[in-house]
Amino acid sequence: MYDGGKIIVGLIIGVGLLLFPFWYNAGKAAKAPDPVLTVKAKELKACVMEKSYMTTSHMQLLDKWRHEVVRSGERYYTAPDGKTYYKSLQVTCMDCHDNKSKFCDQCHDYMGVDPYCWDCHIEPKENN
Amino acid sequence: MLDKAIKGSQTYWGWIITLLVLIGIGFACYLYQWFEGLRITGMSRDVSWGFYIGQLTYFVGVAASGVMVVLPCYLHDYKAFGKITILGEFLAVPAIVMCLLFVMVDLGNLPRLMNVILYPNPTSILFWDMIVLNVYLFLNLIIGWNVLSAERKGIPYQKWIKVLIYISIPWAFSIHTVTAFLYAGLPGRHYWLTAIMAARFLSSAFCSGPALLILLCLIVKRFTNFDPGKEQIRTLGGIVAYAMIINVFFFFLEIFTAFYSQIPGHMNPIVYLFVGLDGYNKLAPWMWTAAFFAFVALILLIIPATRRRQDILAVACGAVIISTWIDKGFGLVLGGFIPNPFERVFEYWPTVPEVFISVGVWATGFFILTVLYKIVVSVKDEVAPS
Amino acid sequence: MAMDRRKFLKIAGLSAALGLGGKTALDLLTPGEVEASFEKAPLMQGKKWGMVVDMNKMTEEIMDKCIAACHNVHNVPDLGNPKEEIKWIWKETYEHTFPGQHHEYVAEQYHGRNFLLLCNHCTNPPCCRVCPTKATWKREDGVVMMDQHRCIGCRFCMAACPYGVRSFNWGDPRNAPKDRNPNFPPNMEYPTRSKGVVEKCNFCAERLAKGQLPACVEAADAIEKNALTFGDLDDANSEVRHLLHSHYTIRRKSELGTGPNVYYIV
Repeated sequence: MYDGGKIIVGLIIGVGLLLFPFWYNAGKAAKAPDPVLTVKAKELKACVMEKSYMTTSHMQLLDKWRHEVVRSGERYYTAPDGKTYYKSLQVTCMDCHDNKSKFCDQCHDYMGVDPYCWDCHIEPKENN
Repeated sequence: MLDKAIKGSQTYWGWIITLLVLIGIGFACYLYQWFEGLRITGMSRDVSWGFYIGQLTYFVGVAASGVMVVLPCYLHDYKAFGKITILGEFLAVPAIVMCLLFVMVDLGNLPRLMNVILYPNPTSILFWDMIVLNVYLFLNLIIGWNVLSAERKGIPYQKWIKVLIYISIPWAFSIHTVTAFLYAGLPGRHYWLTAIMAARFLSSAFCSGPALLILLCLIVKRFTNFDPGKEQIRTLGGIVAYAMIINVFFFFLEIFTAFYSQIPGHMNPIVYLFVGLDGYNKLAPWMWTAAFFAFVALILLIIPATRRRQDILAVACGAVIISTWIDKGFGLVLGGFIPNPFERVFEYWPTVPEVFISVGVWATGFFILTVLYKIVVSVKDEVAPS
Repeated sequence: MAMDRRKFLKIAGLSAALGLGGKTALDLLTPGEVEASFEKAPLMQGKKWGMVVDMNKMTEEIMDKCIAACHNVHNVPDLGNPKEEIKWIWKETYEHTFPGQHHEYVAEQYHGRNFLLLCNHCTNPPCCRVCPTKATWKREDGVVMMDQHRCIGCRFCMAACPYGVRSFNWGDPRNAPKDRNPNFPPNMEYPTRSKGVVEKCNFCAERLAKGQLPACVEAADAIEKNALTFGDLDDANSEVRHLLHSHYTIRRKSELGTGPNVYYIV
């Protein structure tokens, strides 16, 4: 191979860099997410949508809400079960789920997701 | 042809490395701005655009260099320019890249840049500016690259390139007009609210762009085997002369309107720039320097004996660039914001990180310029009859 | 069919571009989903919101209370320096509020007198014209609204506004000096902003949706009724129209054609 020495060295360095996340984190398995409902959330039993939808698509719902609230001025949401909610992450969602570090962050941290919502929308104060 | 850029002399590589270092420093400062916010610049609630947008405005003008060579060549059969249209086009490319980079470093929320495409607002001149600048960038890149490739192969370029060339001529005028429209339609900024803003942009573009092109041609002649040609440089000198005369004339038109009408809103920004208002006069020495260099440039350019000597022409071009850079890259933006809508003066001065970020953007532009010009001179060298 | 490598690459590239572009075009062009259900607050329909500032009733105390109420309810930080300051409503002297109007022989009561300034929610707003993403736009009810989710921080609106009512978040508002902003943010029911977006008075759109008056009007009313009057300019029987009909009013820079909707009774 012409310039074989340089190519092989380059390949080793390149593949090494590519696989950096794997060998750097080797042996450190992250704890599975364990979101905990607050007492209030458990008592209410129902969220704005059913649990299966919220687990998979709460981001889509929030994205739709923020568009409707800010741009269309439509601030109230009627859930499939007939209840009306004020569309607000800070005021409505966090009213029940005010334990962000034990609820929202559990899955977000595990997945390495860092939603920028919290840059503006205020996290509820947790007393732990 | 890109491989031509990685083969060069020690001087060439020294220059490239210097530029890369400056780019690195600029990028580091930009990271600081990314995390801290734009508060690290000198901009304020009253002067909400500053050095970055001023530079954007200036380099849109430099991008005009292309059309001032292409227009005589293709519309008026001035074949002599055919030799250097590629240099004009390959100066326009890095100039537009610098414009786009200056917009990007100025944005408060760069990750949302795509919102301009996802949620366009056709009444916004920024939308149209984005379109015309990007199209002009691609026009010059495609035209330049294909014409140079054809020259290298010794064949005439494809016919569809000619269509693009003809489009690029009015398009070049459009980039200045649209950029001027950013300023000229805003009701609250008296320094900018003038019908001849676009005309001033065009006239200053047509002197600063070709002036820089002349200097680059002289540098190319000095450092490489490619000689752009005595006649070409002489004609370009004439173009710079006329454009500079019109540019200065337009400025005097502004002075007349402001000071003969005696309307405070029109006079105050000019008074601030040249004399100072309420004791604030940071910009005055700069504006008078610009005026001095404009005067020197005009003398050297108007007198044929001085204009026709390449070394003196180089000095005149330098004077044109300094003068137009201060006027357009600095004075124009600040004059719109000072005094503020409350007729108060809040001054602006770029901070050190802001300057380093700008230097990083300039270095990026000059890096692209160096690479492209290296390719051009290497190709010209290759096909030159030995 | 004879094909060379060049032709193959061209076709492959074109198909990829069409495939990707086609999907994107479909996403952009298909209409949004129909709403599950919503409830429009009654105050939002058929309105043209405006405000009248009665300078005969206005005092320094009222103005200070208005500013405090607004900045409190909206988590506007006090940054303490004119370079970065953010203000939705503030005081400015007569000479600087109406620079074209003042002269040497101004009545004593207006000489150096503070006026209350806020976004004029113009009928023909230049800021909305220039925003490249429609992050600021004029709603049907007259409010010139801000969408901080969409703002890219280009500050073109700040250049376009002839009244200097817009502020930019040069840094993170949550880093506001603690001595000037104890217990920031004061209102846990309203977001702060992040760095890099523009903000301004929004006529308390979130309060209007609940049938409440803007915070500044409510604060002023607690001290003196009708120092600030907020209402529907389209309703001939509204209090604001009544005031405009019976008093001479001036507006800031009305010759510019922006149609400001904040009127000052002098």
